[in-house]
Amino acid sequence: MEQNPILKKIDEDIKTNSVILYMKGTKERPECGFSSVVVQVLKTLEIPFKDVNVLTDPEIRQGIKDYSNWPTIPQLYIKGEFIGGCDIVREMYQTGELQQYLKDKEVI
Amino acid sequence: MSAHEIQTLIEQSIPNAIIEIRDLAGDNDHFAVQVTAEAFRGKTRIQQHQMVYQALGGRMGEQLHALSVVTKIPSA
Repeated sequence: MEQNPILKKIDEDIKTNSVILYMKGTKERPECGFSSVVVQVLKTLEIPFKDVNVLTDPEIRQGIKDYSNWPTIPQLYIKGEFIGGCDIVREMYQTGELQQYLKDKEVI
Repeated sequence: MSAHEIQTLIEQSIPNAIIEIRDLAGDNDHFAVQVTAEAFRGKTRIQQHQMVYQALGGRMGEQLHALSVVTKIPSA
């Protein structure tokens, strides 16, 4: 079965970047409050990450939702695993789970 | 979509869920919902949130621009 090239590209990016955030806008200039929250959490924890601006690419914008079967942006992936969107990331940060997870995965 | 519609959809899909919903901007387009349900026990946050999104049956991004989701398990 031929794999959709967009999903293939997304899969590769997620597997080759330790921490990757699909977001609206860029990490320097987020264009949505929810995306901005995740960027802030990562910056506060001093986690280097790759940002992918879905606003510049409608195929990626839809593709990432198909890939994760998750309807919204932002989407954070750590070591190839989908962590969640703004609500989940914020909650995990507040409980300290995110920091622990990053340590367990040897990102920090 | 109205808060009432969202609440009804979640109730129909997740049995015995306790739902608190707020309209964040007063525009029927940005909501925050907290869902407490026994059905969430043992599931990851992503799985719990997926259950809420699925209750809304694909309306996310179509009729519903922004929904903040918090899921909780009832204290045993």
